[in-house]
Amino acid sequence: MNVLTLQDWVPVGTLPDIPRQGARCVRWGQTTIAIFRTACDRVFALEDRSPSAKGGPLSPGIVHDVYVTEPLHNWVISLETGEAQGADEGQVRCFPVKLDGETILLGLR
Amino acid sequence: MTRQKLVVVGNGMAPGRMLEHLFEMNADAYDVTIFNAEPRVNYNRLMLSPVLSGEKTYEDIITHGDGWYAEHGVTLHKGAKVTGIDRAAKTVTSETGITVSYDKLVIATGSSPFIIPLPGKDLDGVLTYRDLDDVERMLEAAARGGRAIVIGGGLLGLEAAAGLKMQGMEVTVLHLMPTLMERQLDPSAGFLLEAEFKRRGIDVRTKANSHEILDDGTGKVAGIKLDDGTVIDASIVVMAVGIRPSAELARSVGIETNRGILVGDDMRTSDPDVFALGECVEHGGQCYGLVAPLYEMAKVIAENLLGGAAEYKGSVTATKLKVTGVDLYSAGDFAEAEDREEIVLRDASSGVYKRLVLKDNKIVGAVLYGETSDGPWFFDMLKKGTDIAPMRETLIFGQAYQGGEPLDPTAAVAALPDDAEICGCNGVCKGKITGAILEKGLTTLDEVRAHTKASASCGTCTGLVEQLMAVTLGASFNPNAVKPMCGCTHHSHDDVRRLIKAKELKSIPAVMQELEWTTSQGCAKCRPALNYYLVSDWPDEYADDYQSRFINERVHANIQKDGTYSVVPRMWGGMTSAAELRAIADVVDKFNIPSVKVTGGQRIDMLGIRKEDLPAVWADLGKAGFVSGHAYAKGLRTVKTCVGSDWCRFGTQDSTGLGIKLEKFLWGSWTPAKVKLAVSGCPRNCAEATCKDVGVICVDSGFEIHFAGAAGLDIKGTEVLGHVKTEEEALVYITALIQMYREQGHYLERIYKWARRIGYDEVRRQIMDDAEKRQAYFDRFVFSQKFAQVDPWSERVSGKDKHEFKPLATLPAEAAE
Repeated sequence: MNVLTLQDWVPVGTLPDIPRQGARCVRWGQTTIAIFRTACDRVFALEDRSPSAKGGPLSPGIVHDVYVTEPLHNWVISLETGEAQGADEGQVRCFPVKLDGETILLGLR
Repeated sequence: MTRQKLVVVGNGMAPGRMLEHLFEMNADAYDVTIFNAEPRVNYNRLMLSPVLSGEKTYEDIITHGDGWYAEHGVTLHKGAKVTGIDRAAKTVTSETGITVSYDKLVIATGSSPFIIPLPGKDLDGVLTYRDLDDVERMLEAAARGGRAIVIGGGLLGLEAAAGLKMQGMEVTVLHLMPTLMERQLDPSAGFLLEAEFKRRGIDVRTKANSHEILDDGTGKVAGIKLDDGTVIDASIVVMAVGIRPSAELARSVGIETNRGILVGDDMRTSDPDVFALGECVEHGGQCYGLVAPLYEMAKVIAENLLGGAAEYKGSVTATKLKVTGVDLYSAGDFAEAEDREEIVLRDASSGVYKRLVLKDNKIVGAVLYGETSDGPWFFDMLKKGTDIAPMRETLIFGQAYQGGEPLDPTAAVAALPDDAEICGCNGVCKGKITGAILEKGLTTLDEVRAHTKASASCGTCTGLVEQLMAVTLGASFNPNAVKPMCGCTHHSHDDVRRLIKAKELKSIPAVMQELEWTTSQGCAKCRPALNYYLVSDWPDEYADDYQSRFINERVHANIQKDGTYSVVPRMWGGMTSAAELRAIADVVDKFNIPSVKVTGGQRIDMLGIRKEDLPAVWADLGKAGFVSGHAYAKGLRTVKTCVGSDWCRFGTQDSTGLGIKLEKFLWGSWTPAKVKLAVSGCPRNCAEATCKDVGVICVDSGFEIHFAGAAGLDIKGTEVLGHVKTEEEALVYITALIQMYREQGHYLERIYKWARRIGYDEVRRQIMDDAEKRQAYFDRFVFSQKFAQVDPWSERVSGKDKHEFKPLATLPAEAAE
């Protein structure tokens, strides 16, 4: 098993592994990170936990533009900033993520 | 800092508002526990009258749903009446045996209706008008018809009378005083109001003193006898003569009370750690029953709970009668006195009456009838003590006539100062609303309500808020425009459905392009709707877009609050066998499934399954012959049955057999919202078919088909579609009905709402009377089933959509170090 150092870019899969306007999860110890793929093939990584007080996952939500509508309470979360939109307030942790060709690299600190 | 413990006794509108203020100012100061004697969440009591008249549903008037409490970490004990407070130990105990300790306590026990001690007051059928249970009892009575007597011609009594009349009852109002609403109205306005109620066919009797409520011999109400000997027959009597503060709990534990619980300007009772709030309070010799003062108190308590020094100084109140079609506004004090003058305007032909009571060139009272748009303007001057001398000549004509301004209805609103109160219930001023509209780019009434709360309580200022929006947003705001299906389009659901067919649009991008969607990829509201419309209209050509489906329909299981799933296999018509039950038991053991529950639709639900395990669970269930029960689908859910003529001595037909046939024929197709059926073998109706989307009651001569029932947030008995002689006919007619709904329903609109929208008779005409239409609907359904009847579980066991169930990667935790 690799021992990873600070700011490592970790390959977690390839773009075709995630459906367009969909998400897949990466387990990272106790944390679950949702990797989203938009209709225009941009990728974003957010902790898979709604900022609403009741929590619940984000990854099963419906992805539209650069937002995801979470399934349990219908909050709309920005994939770019992790911030709740509209009248709701809250923010979820974002992780750096980039594409190298088709490989998805997740930046873990 | 550790959190303090706040306990609230009572869950009405006032404590709800207090908590909103508290959480807004500091969400972390208190752990909050609420005891509610009513078994439900916080709803808007002001709106009970529209619920009674049928213009709104309970669902429409909920202020805080269950989610709100969870979101703010509030523990809510529903149906738990508080019976004891130990002020020394600082604990509160409920009738149900729950004891909670507090640092600060808020008593908000509200008020109870006053019952006149008449002989017969305890008879079955004597009701009050206070909470949702009362409304439900009145609606039940209204369904049986007959006459209702309302005792009390005040605000509540008149709203109850108008509501019961709209529900089809004959109504008599008995009022002790010579004119109606004498506390808020002068005799002239009272007279106009009485005439309006009589015109609506409501029998109004003033100066009527009730003598006794009559017994029909079985303990039920038969009518009322008046002091003058008159007897009026009735099946219910509603007492709406007033309320009195519920101060018993406080009194019983030694807190100082008079008529209500005594509080100082800081809203503390005689015990400094105990506050009192709402209708149970007596402040400065006054008890209040209107919402605006209660909201002012709520704000004061919220600030003082956080160490503030806010003071409540009493309130001047304004009243509106919430009876559709009656415009009436009253504020302040309008008793005649020597040092008072009045200005009166009457226009008999248009039924307008306005009266202002002045003292020292200031308005002290206002009564408006028939035309009330200037009410808030007068009320604003009343509260501020504005000197009206300069505009005295034209004052009564209203704001639009002052300073030669044009007679544009919005001009009056435009001219209001920024601190003028628009929404009395929620204390929202004009500046706050216009500020929110501009800053946050609000464009719809719903958004303004969400952000400012203006017009979110009783709703009588909705017109004013819309005018404000028109003034602020200009021509781009049109309150009467068609309601668009979401913020991504200006088209309504109907338009979109029509245009999909007319322009032959066969994909979501095509719809968005051709119908000029304003967002690039739609949103979570429109995409599932469009996906359904396309599946429904082009079953053979359209490729279902799973990414536009809600998670449940994507993974064919029901997501639970912790992110696990529940699985419900089909049990055709509710029939099962030892082999099936054994297979379920084995699956439960093998996957350590924590909960197994029998559903309301005669099936078995396995709850708490991890997403990764779903395909393996389905594989095992599939081996035993199970297929998906679509318990998650906007589609056919269950067909509930009774045992019918196979076993039951009353059964007239094979109801179980027909239920299974229907379920096997109808399963798989997508519909606008879920569809539940039931078949009962005789009119005793053990399968409860008369509250389902479609129900069948078997009779000796055949089958009675019902539709458009509901038993959820709304409760509604079914309408009769018609009678058929054979099972085959029943199958064809029901299928045609469902196809008609599939083609016309708005996404998420249940059959009962769709049928109400297009008319029950229209449905009967197309399905029962028009053989050609019926056959065409049936044929289109059969065609679409060719593509829909595929078991989604076995598809996924064979590997479809693998990505939905597996994590993309698993990294060691060390990656974090």
